[in-house]
Amino acid sequence: MEMKTNSGQQGIGCLFVATCRRECLLSFRRKSDLVNPLIFFLMVATLFPLGVSPDPGFLAQLAPGVVWVAALLATLLSMDALFRSDYEDGSLEQLLLSPQPLFIVVLAKVVTHWMMTGLALTLMAPLLGMMLFLPAEGVPGLMLSLLLGTPTLSLVGAIGAALTVGLKKGGVLISLLVLPLYIPVLIFGSSAVQAAVTGLPLGGYLALLGALLALALVLAPLAISAALRISISS
Amino acid sequence: MAEKKWIPRWFYQLASPRWCYQITGKLLPWFMGTTLLLLLGGTVWALLFAPADYQQGNSFRIIYLHVPAAILAQSAYMLMAVAGAVGLIWKMKVADMVLKSAAPIGASMAVLALLTGAIWGKPTWGSWWVWDARLTSMLILFFLYLGVMALNSAIENESTAAQASAVLALVGLVNIPIIKYSVEWWNTLHQPATFTLTEKPAMPVEMWLPLLVMVIGFYCFFAVSLMQRLRNEIIWRERRTGWVRELLNKQ
Repeated sequence: MEMKTNSGQQGIGCLFVATCRRECLLSFRRKSDLVNPLIFFLMVATLFPLGVSPDPGFLAQLAPGVVWVAALLATLLSMDALFRSDYEDGSLEQLLLSPQPLFIVVLAKVVTHWMMTGLALTLMAPLLGMMLFLPAEGVPGLMLSLLLGTPTLSLVGAIGAALTVGLKKGGVLISLLVLPLYIPVLIFGSSAVQAAVTGLPLGGYLALLGALLALALVLAPLAISAALRISISS
Repeated sequence: MAEKKWIPRWFYQLASPRWCYQITGKLLPWFMGTTLLLLLGGTVWALLFAPADYQQGNSFRIIYLHVPAAILAQSAYMLMAVAGAVGLIWKMKVADMVLKSAAPIGASMAVLALLTGAIWGKPTWGSWWVWDARLTSMLILFFLYLGVMALNSAIENESTAAQASAVLALVGLVNIPIIKYSVEWWNTLHQPATFTLTEKPAMPVEMWLPLLVMVIGFYCFFAVSLMQRLRNEIIWRERRTGWVRELLNKQ
């Protein structure tokens, strides 16, 4: 009996790790998918000085919001590919048919996706902060808030991706479905950076971002699995 | 051993499109009459007899449209999400149809609330739009409605479309309080809610009584338009069944 439960736990752990490894391999074999969101992130941030004003003081004021909006859009852009190729080659159907808990598989897929986009965006953020003259005090706040906020973006975005995976023109639809749901993360994230810049404590904002992440971590995989089953059934 | 029935019989009966069509047909005239009475009476009372505000003069009277529309926009979302949940759990076709029918009504109510708010804001705050918490969350609610409607129309298979939009509506329902509080902490200028269930209104009776009439009238109006949309939807989806053909042949 003990052995059985033990192997069960191991099974779930193995499943998680195996799915993560598969996703990593797949994304490293298609490097353009990996790099495109990052380039997009950089380009959006470049548009703001060109479109608004190159004045450093003004840009510094704008920087927290711009970096966050750019990160949000970059995540959104990468979301459509999350289940698309698996859907097209039929492996998504196999995943749904397998006796393994879909919750874990989906969670592993989203976590890997986050490591490829959200984590990379977080590591790139200081560069964008520098381009937009974000004061140096704000950089730790920016990175911490992105670190806590982008996984939530990935989890919520995956719901949209799962709902639209069966559609040919899913791309625009995802943004319509998901952008309103991103607003709380954007608000708390950019407020955290603003607080860091002005020297106010940012613990509260980070706690709120963490709470959102905890909620999304528990509930989003359920919604994603349900949405995948619905999308595949037709 | 008698099993305890905690779900009443009419709940199961509602699941039958035919029964639902018949019962809404019987209810509709009553609701229409009440709606007409309440909305006409409420409007006349609100516009002609209610006292003017001591600060805002007559411009405040737009709240008699604005507040009911805003309340209804939120209630309609709740109803939509609950219908979605019922559809997902009990696989009821009628619940799917309610979800589909409620979305456009709720969206138009949100637009009405935003428009009347803008018209009121111009003389009172001096601008059509301010980035205030309540305005923003109403705008986001409108976006959520648009998302549900877009998803529903993008998927061709009717039952898949209904299930997918039900999931989206439920995700939105979880998010609404989060959005509401996040936006509230972000920026607040709007006055607090006009009506709460727990407290006595701050307005005098002569002012809030017509408002109450209008709110109830709007709810009845919502019921009427929901039933009409639902009946259309039932007829369309059941167009291949015998009873619908009979019904159409009779006319």
